[in-house]
Order: sequence, then C-alpha cells, then structure tokens
Amino acid sequence: MIGNLPFVVCMILVALGLWTLVVKRNLVKLVIGVGLIESGVNLFLVALGYVQGGIPPIYTYAPADAPMVLPTPQALTLTSIVIGVATTALMLAFAVVIYRHKGTLDARKIRELRG
Amino acid sequence: MSVHAPILVIAIPLLGGFAVPILARIHRTVRDLWVVLIACVVAAGVGYVAAQVFSQGIWVYVLGAKTPQETRVSAGFPIRIMLTVDAMSAFMGLIAGILALAAFPFAVRFIPEEEGKTLALALGLLLLAGIAGMAYTGDLFNFFVFLEVTSIAACGLIGFRTWTSRAPEAAFKTMLLYSVSGLLFLLGIAFLYGEYGALNLAYISAQLRGSMVDRIALALFLSGLLMKVAAAPVHFWAPDAYGEAPAAKTLLLVVNTQVSLYGLWRILFTLYGGKLDAGVGWLVISMGLLTMAVAALMAIGQTDLGRLVAYGAVSQIGYMLLGVGVGLVSLTSRADYGLVAMKGGIFHMLNDALTVGLLFLCVGAVEWVKGTRDLRELGGLGHQLPAVALCFLLASLALAGIPPLNGFASKIMIYEGSFRLSPILTALAVLASILLLAVFARAFQGVFLGPRTEITGRIHWVFLFSMGVLAVGIMVLGLVPGFFVEQVVAPAAEALWRGRALYLAAILGG
Repeated sequence: MIGNLPFVVCMILVALGLWTLVVKRNLVKLVIGVGLIESGVNLFLVALGYVQGGIPPIYTYAPADAPMVLPTPQALTLTSIVIGVATTALMLAFAVVIYRHKGTLDARKIRELRG
Repeated sequence: MSVHAPILVIAIPLLGGFAVPILARIHRTVRDLWVVLIACVVAAGVGYVAAQVFSQGIWVYVLGAKTPQETRVSAGFPIRIMLTVDAMSAFMGLIAGILALAAFPFAVRFIPEEEGKTLALALGLLLLAGIAGMAYTGDLFNFFVFLEVTSIAACGLIGFRTWTSRAPEAAFKTMLLYSVSGLLFLLGIAFLYGEYGALNLAYISAQLRGSMVDRIALALFLSGLLMKVAAAPVHFWAPDAYGEAPAAKTLLLVVNTQVSLYGLWRILFTLYGGKLDAGVGWLVISMGLLTMAVAALMAIGQTDLGRLVAYGAVSQIGYMLLGVGVGLVSLTSRADYGLVAMKGGIFHMLNDALTVGLLFLCVGAVEWVKGTRDLRELGGLGHQLPAVALCFLLASLALAGIPPLNGFASKIMIYEGSFRLSPILTALAVLASILLLAVFARAFQGVFLGPRTEITGRIHWVFLFSMGVLAVGIMVLGLVPGFFVEQVVAPAAEALWRGRALYLAAILGG
C-alpha cells in the first residue's frame, strides 16, 4: 500500500508551483509555475478517483460484484486539462507580445503599470 | 421555451458570441445588430428568471431530467448538473443584464473597426455567458468551469490591443492571478469531492461536517475567490485590467468581479452556512476595510483617469465585503443588524455596478473625444460635453455616498449595521468615502472645468443612451430605494441569511 503518498506528492507539486510564482521573475517561468500547480491539482483529482482493483464503469460484461471506478474525477481532470491548455497558451501569447515590445521577459524590468 | 429560461440565458450569449465572427463576414451592420439583440435577449431572460424566482421561489433547472428527484442515485445524491436560481442568483443575473444593456450598444460604437472589433464583441458575449453561468449554477465544478470561461474571455478583452505595450502586461498579470485563483478553487473542490464524492453544492452542504478537510477547502475557496474579487492585498491586477481594457468592456469586467463576489457569498452562506466560526466573518470584514482604505489612498496619486476610476471601483468592493462580513459575524446570533448590513452590502453590488459602470463610460467618452486619459492634459471638457460632465458628477457623488443618490442608500445600511457591531468599522468606512469624494472632486475639476480646449472627436448618441440608462438607474435607486430594497434586495439577502434550508430542500427534497 502506498497510502497517502500520491496526495502528498500532489501537494508538493502545488507548493513548488506557488514557490515558483513568488520567487521567479521570468515570465515564462511564472507560466511554468502555474503549470506546476495545475499538474498538482490534476494529479490530485486523478488520485482521488483511484479504486483498488476497480474496473471501468461499463455495465455490459461487468462482473456482478466488482468495484467500479466513478468516472467523475476523470471527467473533471479532462475538463481541467483543456482549460489549462487554454490559459497557458493565452499567457504564453501575452509573454511573446510583451517580449516584442520590451525586449525582455524579466518581470522587474517591464513594470510600466504600477501604483 | 420559458421553462428553459435559465439555461437559455447562458446558452444564447455563448452561441451568439461564436456566431459573431461569421456574421461579421456577411455585413458589419448585421453583426452590430446581432450583438445588441443578444444583449437585449439576455437582459430580458434574466429579467424573466428574476420575476419568476421572486414570485415563486427557487427555480431548479436540471440538465437532462425533469426534476432533481429523477437524477437521485441510490446513495442519495443527484448526479446531473443543476442550475439552482434562488433570489440571490437572480439578483446577480439582473445586475449582469442591466450592465450588458449599457455595455454592448456602447461597445458597438466605441471600439474601432481596425482594432479587432469583431473579436472584442465576441469575447464580450462569451464573458457574459460565463457570468450568467456563474450566477445560476448550483454545481461546484460547473462554477469552476464558468469561472475559467470568464477568466479567459476577460483576459482576452484586457490584452487584445497587442500593439500597445501596456495592455499585454495588464493582461498577463491578470491572467496569472485568475489562473492561480481558479486552480486554488479547483483544489478546494477536489478536497470536498474526495470527502463527499459529489459536486452538487446543496448535497455537499447538507453533508458538511466541518472537519479538517472542510476547513482546508474553505481556506482554498476563500483565497481563490478573494484573489479574483481584487481584495487587498491582491488587488493590484484590477486597476491595470480596468484601465487597459476598452472602456465599454470594463463594465463587464466589473460584473465579472461582482459575480466572483457572489460566488464567495454562495460558498460562505449556502455551502458552509452555520458551520463557520465568527473568525471567518472578521477576516472578510478586515479584508473589506483594508481594500477600501488601500484603494482610496492609491487613487489619490493617479494621473490616468482610467486608473483613478479603477481604484474607486476596487474600493467599493471593500464596502460589499464589509457589509456582508458583518452579516457573517452575526449569522449565528441572528442579530437583526447583521441582516441590515447584508442588505446594504448586496444592494451596494447593484449600485456599484451602475455607478462604476457610468464612470467607466464617461472615461471612454473622454478618451473618445480627446484621445488621451492623462489628467495632466485634460481640462475644460465641460464646455463641449455637458452631458458627460453631468454623468461623471452624478456617478462620482453616488460613488462617494452622497444623498440622495443610490450609493448613499446602500452605504447608510452598511454603516447602520456595522455601527452596531463596532463603531470603528463605520468610522473607517466613512473616512474612505470622504477620501474618495475628494479624489473624484479633483478629477472632475481637472477634466471638465477650466478653460475650453480643443477636442478631436464627437460624442455619438449611442454613448449618451448607454450613459442615460445607468444615470437613470442611479437616480431612481437613490430617490426611491425603499421599493427596490423591499422587492429585490431583501429577498436576495434573505436567501443567503435564512434561505440555506430552502436551497437544500429544493434539490434534495423534504
């Protein structure tokens, strides 16, 4: 048994992502930080749906007493991955545009909007 | 058709938004009329839903079944997605409808064709769909999906003017914040799902035990949503976003912020209602005070009219947090002053939408005729634009809470309620209002008074129509607030204050 280990790993991923957002100053690295949080959350959802010895939730041909996996977490994860792709792409696109304007990706040097 | 109204309010702007680029190929006028038509249909739809809900109670719309009972599995929870529209959701929908009516006609004239008007209008409709979805859904994961729909559409609107260097920067910042807030919210949902195996808000609420996992989830929900409503100290994205988006679309960003606020109330009152310690209420109150103080102070030094108004908008979020926070603190004791403060806070959502919306439209009009929003270059516009000047003055006074305008009507209720909890809260709130009055008086004087200056553009009548809609709303709500408070605001506040049992019963039966 691996117990709560998957959950711990997911939380470590989320924490790493948050740490990246606080410490890093490169826009692309910030996007990677968001990606890390996202992976952590998605893995957490998948880990929640795990059933020991579970079978796919298809009633046809299924043994009478076999434990079925609830498909909801997988569906959630798929949705969340799709949303994640969209947000990451949008952020990277903005980073590209910012680079074209300012010639740098350093968050400290591009602060035109402040105060 | 009318039995499907709640889902149509979400589906029509969603499909209508995607149809905009196709219609633009046919003719631009067709596209413009289409966008205005969709906005009108959505406004009529939310109006119809609100009328039904206020007269007949909670409206549960089940996707794929007739009643919630039909979707119940043996374990006792409903498995379909449900839209659960109670008085508070209907009220939030009304706010979105009114602002859509003002924002879309304005945007149709305001955004220049060569600046990607087609896509901006399409994104605006998608944002509206997301907002309606957040307001009406009764399913946590569904709420998250709509949250992300609004995030993506909103950031597209903020950053679509990629040829300027400021817009992408604002959009990147906002998107980063929105993504993190959305992911924290999703993590909270995952915790609750792990414990209760369901996503339906009412079902989870009925099962909630107040365990450690629930508390962690609450912390995640709170931090995610407070980020998205621009509460200090994570307010910094809001002035950038409001300042850089085209003025007509900023209205929708304001509603987007408010619907996140609505999500916060839903989580605090319906999901966790009665199982919270007063500490959470005090947290909301202190965030509110901090937000109004920081934003009012930051507004002083602004030289850009758009950013100045944006800080005014952020500070108003503080009043709503204060009002509802007072209600939250007194939720267990059921003290009547808590309900007064809550009514004030919820009424203020509507008032803030109108006043801040009008201010942003004025900013847009000023930018339209002068090509700049820099306070150092503006002046004397009152000669050429008397109507805009009047609207700006009206909205500034309403924002600062001067009688007999609508801002006063709601702020007096917040003051009254919070005074009974602690006079210090009221003193701070009044102080922030006075500060805002000073800031906006200076802005008005700088932009509209003084010697006549050259202007380069002319105001279109559609601009005045949109501003008129909001200005009339401000005056009507200010002069006869009693009727609206009785008919609309009180049921909404009651839905949060006492309505939890009804909300659960509507889904779970009995």
